[in-house]
Amino acid sequence: MNVQVMKKIVESKYVYSFLRDPSAIIGTTIMVIFIFAALFAPVLSPMDPYDLEKIDLGNFLIPPAWMDGGSFQFPLGTDDQGRGILSTILYGLRTSLFVGFSVVVISTIIGIVLGMLAGYYGGILDSFVMRMADTVFAFSTTLLAVLLLGVFESRGLWTVVLAICIADWVKYARTIRGSVLEIRDNAYVVAAKASGAKDFRILFRHILPNALPPIFVVLAVDLAVVIMLEATLSFLGVGVPITEPSLGMMIAIGKNYIYAGMWWMILFPGATLILLVVAINLFSDWLRDELNPKLAR
Amino acid sequence: MASYIVHRIIQGIMVLLAVSFICFLLFRYTGDPVLMLAGKYATQQEREQVRIAYGLDRPFYVQYASFLGNALRGNFGKSYVSQVDALDSILERFPATFELALTAIIFSFTVGVGLGILVSLKPNGALSRIIMAGSLGGISIPTFLMGILWVMLFAVYLEWLPPFGRGDTVQIGPWRSGFFTLDGLKHLIMPALTLSGYQLAVLLRLTRAGMREVLSEEYIKTAWAKGLSPFKVIIKHALRNVLIPVVTIAGLSFGELIAFSIVTESIFQWPGMGNLLLTSIFETDQPIIVTYIMLAAFIILFINIMVDLLYAFLNPRIRYD
Repeated sequence: MNVQVMKKIVESKYVYSFLRDPSAIIGTTIMVIFIFAALFAPVLSPMDPYDLEKIDLGNFLIPPAWMDGGSFQFPLGTDDQGRGILSTILYGLRTSLFVGFSVVVISTIIGIVLGMLAGYYGGILDSFVMRMADTVFAFSTTLLAVLLLGVFESRGLWTVVLAICIADWVKYARTIRGSVLEIRDNAYVVAAKASGAKDFRILFRHILPNALPPIFVVLAVDLAVVIMLEATLSFLGVGVPITEPSLGMMIAIGKNYIYAGMWWMILFPGATLILLVVAINLFSDWLRDELNPKLAR
Repeated sequence: MASYIVHRIIQGIMVLLAVSFICFLLFRYTGDPVLMLAGKYATQQEREQVRIAYGLDRPFYVQYASFLGNALRGNFGKSYVSQVDALDSILERFPATFELALTAIIFSFTVGVGLGILVSLKPNGALSRIIMAGSLGGISIPTFLMGILWVMLFAVYLEWLPPFGRGDTVQIGPWRSGFFTLDGLKHLIMPALTLSGYQLAVLLRLTRAGMREVLSEEYIKTAWAKGLSPFKVIIKHALRNVLIPVVTIAGLSFGELIAFSIVTESIFQWPGMGNLLLTSIFETDQPIIVTYIMLAAFIILFINIMVDLLYAFLNPRIRYD
């Protein structure tokens, strides 16, 4: 990146307001730490909890290191299979972030394409997309994802991503369609049309860049929602298969042991999940105020 | 107005038809219904008999028509597992889910709107800041985790409340109610608290935002200026106008409530429809799953249409023509 672009970025109003918003800085810092922890989980974690050769059933239900019977081999204790909680959390974060980012990226693409076509061309296409959006919206993302996973026959990370995407794209399509309806009659769009630009060029060169800012806000809020949804689905047993690490599933396993006072199996993954979601929410609050003051609540 | 109502109802029927078609496809083409009905060890001949007995050999559209006809008469077939009528076994569990959801709605509405008003009156007070931080928690803690944390606090650590089940119930006609026994009410507290958590936080935030907007309007200043009591200004003049969109949004997110009731019922082993759905998913008991989907679609669409009409009725500025 050349010096001028760098300078332009550093002096922009976004960097200015970001550096003056402590909660945005805290949120982003936590997010970055978590993303790094997830990316480097194989290096950072003391063991690979999903490598059957490495786990020893004899190490089951060990409390955290500072408690009686704890060991520094497992700083946050182990679960009923002898998997280290810390290691499983790091690997679980990978699943959370993988599902979260995959879903928001895929839903954004589907939403942008369908929303833009619906808003620009109107007619049958518009009413079809919007009726579909109404229906999906009425069912709610969570209910639809549970039902879809209930009837899907295969289980896997991509199945979960697919189910959530089907239930999720409408948020983006609606937002984009609204923006397109506002933009499409602007003078510069009419001018582009008059000068003979093709529809494709008008949509992607003239309309899309101006319709994008609200999408970023929806995307940031949605990332937190999707991460919670993945955890919920895995907790219910319809999410990722048991061979994949997941924060939701860790909590589901820990639930069997709360009467035995083995709180570490729930509180550590639970706290990780909450911290991740709060961090994303803090960041998206800042983004919303910055990009779309009208949306601020 | 009348044409709008008709239009909405037709639209609702179209959606129900689409849902029923998808359900039919699921029912017919995921897994092999013949195998499910005849059993794994049936001979080729027995399978053929089942295929003919259940009409699975007829053309696609005939099967769909008969599926639809049966669905209209409330006949969704029998559960593969228990061999009981699917609709009956779901409706049997309806009271448990209904009582849980009703309690949660009432709680989240009174507390959410109440706290929302409180916060809007003194936005920068210490109490308001604590409440707003709490509402951020309500949005950031997933329902299932919240439920488990309540169990850990009230059932395991304090030992005040029972951790699961519905407790003693009273049979009133076809309705089995947990409202009338102390044990039933005790069992209801934690699930209702869990189910209401998210909606409470959303209602609080919506009410606060609406109140802050309305309180700075001219007619509110006029009401203060002519010396009305705070109660009249806040409740009668301000809240009225805030509540319309709040109620609408709450009504339109009814699907969310059904979804979270599945989660809540799973945590507390509440004997409701959501719990039955989960069990049926694990047992691939398709008649129950299909019936649940159709019933949920019907309830959600019904409530959405009612909310739309109520909105038009309450807000004279909106007339759908």
